[in-house]
Amino acid sequence: MTKTISLAQWKLIGLMTPLIFLLAGCGGESKLKWYVVSPWTEKGQINLKFLMMGTWNTLSMSFLALILSIFVGLVIAIPGIAANRPLRMTNVFYVEIVRSIPLLPLILWIYYGLPEIAGVQLDYFWAGVIALALSDSAFEAEIFRAGIQSIPRGQSEAASTIGLNYFQNMRYIVLPQAIRRILPALGNQFAYMVKMSALVSVIGLQELTRRANELIVTEYRALEVYTILILEYLVIILIIGQGVRWLERKMGGAENSR
Amino acid sequence: MTDNTTTDIAVEMIDVSKWFGDFQVLRNINFQVRKGERVVICGPSGSGKSTVVRCINRLEKHQQGTINVDGKELTNSRQSVAGIRAEVGMVFQQFNLFPHLSVLENLTLGPIKTRGMSKEEAESRAMDYLHRVHIPEQADKRPSQLSGGQQQRVAIARSLCMEPKIMLFDEPTSALDPEMISEVLDVILELAEEGMTMIVVTHEMGFARKAANQMIFMDEGEIVESGEPLRFFENPKTDRCKKFLNQILSH
Repeated sequence: MTKTISLAQWKLIGLMTPLIFLLAGCGGESKLKWYVVSPWTEKGQINLKFLMMGTWNTLSMSFLALILSIFVGLVIAIPGIAANRPLRMTNVFYVEIVRSIPLLPLILWIYYGLPEIAGVQLDYFWAGVIALALSDSAFEAEIFRAGIQSIPRGQSEAASTIGLNYFQNMRYIVLPQAIRRILPALGNQFAYMVKMSALVSVIGLQELTRRANELIVTEYRALEVYTILILEYLVIILIIGQGVRWLERKMGGAENSR
Repeated sequence: MTDNTTTDIAVEMIDVSKWFGDFQVLRNINFQVRKGERVVICGPSGSGKSTVVRCINRLEKHQQGTINVDGKELTNSRQSVAGIRAEVGMVFQQFNLFPHLSVLENLTLGPIKTRGMSKEEAESRAMDYLHRVHIPEQADKRPSQLSGGQQQRVAIARSLCMEPKIMLFDEPTSALDPEMISEVLDVILELAEEGMTMIVVTHEMGFARKAANQMIFMDEGEIVESGEPLRFFENPKTDRCKKFLNQILSH
């Protein structure tokens, strides 16, 4: 227990140090104009608030994309472990195609291209969610496939001898064990997705990065604003990391000691 | 398929053959197990004895011949496989308990999910069988907290919770430390005394003498010799069988 607390403390120290350095520059004669984002000036407060208001969009977009990509990833992973070759090929086909599309063109394609062929105009938010989810689903599918394949075959055999069918075996035996094993990888993917969501700023969604860009247009202070932006992502990712660790502890337990 | 002459036959293999790629693992296997009978299969490793047992509940698919279980032929259809698995329990060398579930959950999962039993009913049945294998006090532990012998007894209880007519044991003591072998064999012997039909793959010849009423010796994918245990041990007919028995009984 003491070990985990001290880890959290180290993170806090690591987080506070750059903040302290930053704020130290606020009042002095530094060339940098930290006051534009200083919590001690009225203007700084307004600017900071403006920047942080993007958090909700970044988080909700990433979270929805995560849920969607896990679902799609699982649906794609299952044929990947089938005995049937054509089924396996659909998995390979999807994964290879989707993971070779760069995220930025995908976002642009869904937002600007889709209306022309499908006649649907998604708003910024949903275009972002779908692009992120789609792009991530190929990676999730591979993570799931690796997780499922890591469960010894004897588990499924035992399940079938007590009468469980394929879906019951997946639901009660294989996936619960696989998910424990792939949790760190899923956590990675989520952190990665939060960071990649910055690209959705290009179509105009008011998330963290878009807000930072807009503030720079009025304040002309790129370094100060982008530094705050990076710190915002840092805080979010650190919190996600802690959350995943907590989940691992909660779900891991006795099974891992095997 | 069912007629009066075959109703007392629990398991029957007629000319069963199987290949892994080009390699023939089973060559024209023929045998019958009557209801209530205990058959012990022995033989050197790679002789196909596990494969025989695994074919009976379709963990492996045979490519030629006929397998009848409780008067019904085992075919490719899902119903046939499900029907036969419902009557056949299996215990593995590596136990294959579900590590993420408690002992009790390991035992109740099958009855609840595939027999539609209520949780209470399934738990009381599970506790009955845990008493039968002498470890009711371990019900709430995880498999990883138990010794090998205890884990294997849980695996036996898990199979029994499905109330099978036939039990298959695939080298049930081969992964155990020596001091734990007898606690598992005792449980299997008790089952045998209660009249359970069973097919046991094992090298424990002391157990075979006590429990079996039919011995089968396999080598290179075929049944080389079979017969009553007394005759089988005292007077093996074939050289291969004699040599094998000498090797494993010499210590």
